[in-house]
Amino acid sequence: MPGLRALPTLLALLSLAAAPVAGQQILTGAGATFPYPLYSNWFATYGKQTGVRINYQSIGSGGGIRQFIKGTVDFGASDASMKDEQIAQVNGNVEQLPTVIGSVVMTYSLKGMGGRRLRLDATTIADIYLGRITSWQDPRLKALNPGVTFPKLDIVVVGRSDGSGTTFVFTDYLAKVSPEWARRVGRGTAVRWPVGLGGKGNEGVTAQVKLLEGSIGYVEMGYALANRLSFAELKNQAGNWVIPTLATAQAAAASIEWAPDTDFRVSITNAPGANAYPISSFTWLLIYRNSTKPETAAKLRDFLRWMLTPAAQAQAERLHYAPLPPVVAKLVAARLPVLRANGRPIP
Amino acid sequence: MTPPDVTEASVNPWGDRLFRLFVTLAALTVPLLLGFLVYELYLGSAPAIDKFGFGFLTSDIWDPVKEEFGAWPLIVGTLLSATLALLIAVPLSLGVSIFLVEFAPKSVRGPIGFVIELLAAIPSVVYGLWGIFFLIPLLRATLFPFLRDTLGFLPFFQGAIYGPSMLTAAMILAIMVMPYVMSVSREVLMAVPTSQREAALALGATRWEAVTGAVLPYARSGIIGAIILGLGRALGETMAVTMLIGNRHEISASLFAPGYTMASVIANEFTEASNDMHFAALTYVALVLFGVTVLVNAGARLLIWRVSRRGGGTPA
Amino acid sequence: MNRRFLRLAVSNVMVALTVVAVVVAVLPLLLILATLIAKGAGSLSTAFFTQAPAPVGEPGGGVLHGLVGTLMMVGVASLAGLPIGIGAGIHCAEYPHSRLSTVARFIADVMNGTPSIVVGVFAWTWIVAKQGHFSALAGSAALGMLMIPMVMRTTEEMIKLVPNALREAALALGYPRWRTSITVVVRTCLPGIVTGSLLAVARVAGETAPLLFTALGNQFVSTDLNQPMAALPLVVFSYATGPYEEWHTLAWATALVLILVVTVLSLLARWATRSRFTING
Repeated sequence: MPGLRALPTLLALLSLAAAPVAGQQILTGAGATFPYPLYSNWFATYGKQTGVRINYQSIGSGGGIRQFIKGTVDFGASDASMKDEQIAQVNGNVEQLPTVIGSVVMTYSLKGMGGRRLRLDATTIADIYLGRITSWQDPRLKALNPGVTFPKLDIVVVGRSDGSGTTFVFTDYLAKVSPEWARRVGRGTAVRWPVGLGGKGNEGVTAQVKLLEGSIGYVEMGYALANRLSFAELKNQAGNWVIPTLATAQAAAASIEWAPDTDFRVSITNAPGANAYPISSFTWLLIYRNSTKPETAAKLRDFLRWMLTPAAQAQAERLHYAPLPPVVAKLVAARLPVLRANGRPIP
Repeated sequence: MTPPDVTEASVNPWGDRLFRLFVTLAALTVPLLLGFLVYELYLGSAPAIDKFGFGFLTSDIWDPVKEEFGAWPLIVGTLLSATLALLIAVPLSLGVSIFLVEFAPKSVRGPIGFVIELLAAIPSVVYGLWGIFFLIPLLRATLFPFLRDTLGFLPFFQGAIYGPSMLTAAMILAIMVMPYVMSVSREVLMAVPTSQREAALALGATRWEAVTGAVLPYARSGIIGAIILGLGRALGETMAVTMLIGNRHEISASLFAPGYTMASVIANEFTEASNDMHFAALTYVALVLFGVTVLVNAGARLLIWRVSRRGGGTPA
Repeated sequence: MNRRFLRLAVSNVMVALTVVAVVVAVLPLLLILATLIAKGAGSLSTAFFTQAPAPVGEPGGGVLHGLVGTLMMVGVASLAGLPIGIGAGIHCAEYPHSRLSTVARFIADVMNGTPSIVVGVFAWTWIVAKQGHFSALAGSAALGMLMIPMVMRTTEEMIKLVPNALREAALALGYPRWRTSITVVVRTCLPGIVTGSLLAVARVAGETAPLLFTALGNQFVSTDLNQPMAALPLVVFSYATGPYEEWHTLAWATALVLILVVTVLSLLARWATRSRFTING
């Protein structure tokens, strides 16, 4: 039906005529919910300073990568590195630039903890999510947390129902520490959860955990803190109990050797290192290496420069995201001049 | 009260021709839009239809990463939530309509009817909002543990209690479907001739016996039509269910377990579908949902239409 | 004697049960209204209606983006939906035996029973997928498509109520067909047509599902049809399912506003039909 198909374009042209002219310099991006609290803040601040509005839809890393591949957004955001097949779909026209390091925390809602922090080790977490541990009364939980009175409740396990980089980080960790998880479920932005509810986005999981007493979920640390939810202390590969903090997150990244031509696609879960928090990850912005829109590319590059400034990275710290280690920040800054628009350097 | 089909040209034929052209075009838009909808849905789901065929409807694997999709848990979830909702809603709706038509004093009829109609006007998302913060905590603390303690020998009431679940979704659906079943039943009951009731009462029946013996049998197919109409509504309800069902691609015997429906999977996953096959699969689900609701609604209307043709006595 | 007593007892119990059914049926509505007012009324300040939302997690802000979005998208949808719906309704009422009328009537009933999310998927494949981005235009298209069959059916019902005597009188006096239809028939049942339109507008203003992946939502106030746009029901949905308490409060208040708008429009519609609609005088 060709006639009807032309209709939306006609209507779009008409609506463009009606659209307000006031230089609404808007960049659109979509993707990870993991860094959304930070990006929301960054974009608001940047917008006030420069007048450039960045409209970010927090729809999950899977959606962000997809929109980026389709070209329906100016940039994407993801906590899962793009796979080789996905990079092939854009013919390699992508720079995956890290912005901050975030930590995935095991958040829970339990009354009667007496101010103490729940302790979980790797196999316990895997078994909860595999459905082998179903009640807070399980003896393994008592063994890890002597002296704590657990409620007589079923464990409400909360996973993610959308395509998520946070899920990728979490399942990447579980696959490394539990052979059964690796075999049965694997790692990915979306997996077949053996048990549990599906929350939509980091926000959805936080909402579920907050709402339902006796639930456990995995979220980016900032969400747990902003909503005054408790999160667990974990045992890392070195055998030490670590609390997710900015320092332990950066310790996780400390063991990476960076090549100058790195594509930044690294995993830092279950890192070695005495003080490393085991479920940490970089989060990346997906930028077109060779953009077709020079003005947009210029605005994006200016934002990226701003993002690397100490002021912006300090804002990240206040929102509980770990700033990039200096060596990584230098590498990102060095990568910016490589970006192109229509084959030519960005003005 | 049908207007005569006067078609002779009057003084100036152009006014009539333009008028007829405009309204005809307007009327043409309706079937054109629907045809276009079916066409676009079919086009969009073609990749999934090609890859999975009818096996899509019976497979229970939903794996976006491996690009394997199957809608069986969605179909079961949709049918289960709708059926449960009707199990709750139909007795209530019938009770209300029987009360309004047979027993209620005239002064009470209007207000109660209006209140129930207001239920139909509340947007689905508001039901969901209320369900999340009011209904779920209430059910989790009271009804669900009670059901598990007393009826826990049945597989339906076993297992972990999360809160968001098939039963919660069914309960909110029941509330949403009730006004539709009620208003159609009410009209059907009102169409039963008074002579039927009077005859029964004259023969010595009690008020209730008059209802069950004389009125209901007369109105039976209309009421069945009303129920099927309610089914059609329940099958397509999206927002409240999405917010209360727990989003799990799995069928469980327990009513306390989370589940999924066709409409809610589209609502949840469409914006974040990670690859083209995912979109095609979701569009395929939309096509199936469309087909199911068309069939159910057509069946309902047929039944109701048959009753209204057959009946036609003086309304009570 | 005993049997009659038993039968009477059963009858009275059943009647009582129907009263219980009424109470149980009415209870949720009262509970919902009470909760909405209790949790939402407190947030209805000027700021609520005039400000855009604050950044995530910060208190304050309002739902201006949703208000503007709903007004714009429902407005655009009505611009197309109302004329087409009313026109189609006039056709079916004035030429009731034509094949087009029978087909259109049946299809309108089918469309009225279609889940609104399916219409949203259609709008996505028709507009969003081809344009390559989400837009308020796609949202308005979905809403308009929901509106058309609703308005068409109610218009037709209203026009059918106008007695033939009026038409015949006008024709006998020399009015051409089109003038009869417009100035005599439609004008007579205009309150009813307006009612039907108002009800359709109210229904469509509360729809969330078709906007989820067409208009998508926007954290800023926008009037650009070619960009994603917020809407009141979308605001309720994302704020209700989010974790921040400030969002929850805003969701309650927005839901209250939505219900008030829908109720006011429904009451208006009822009042309009009640007042001077006595044709069979």
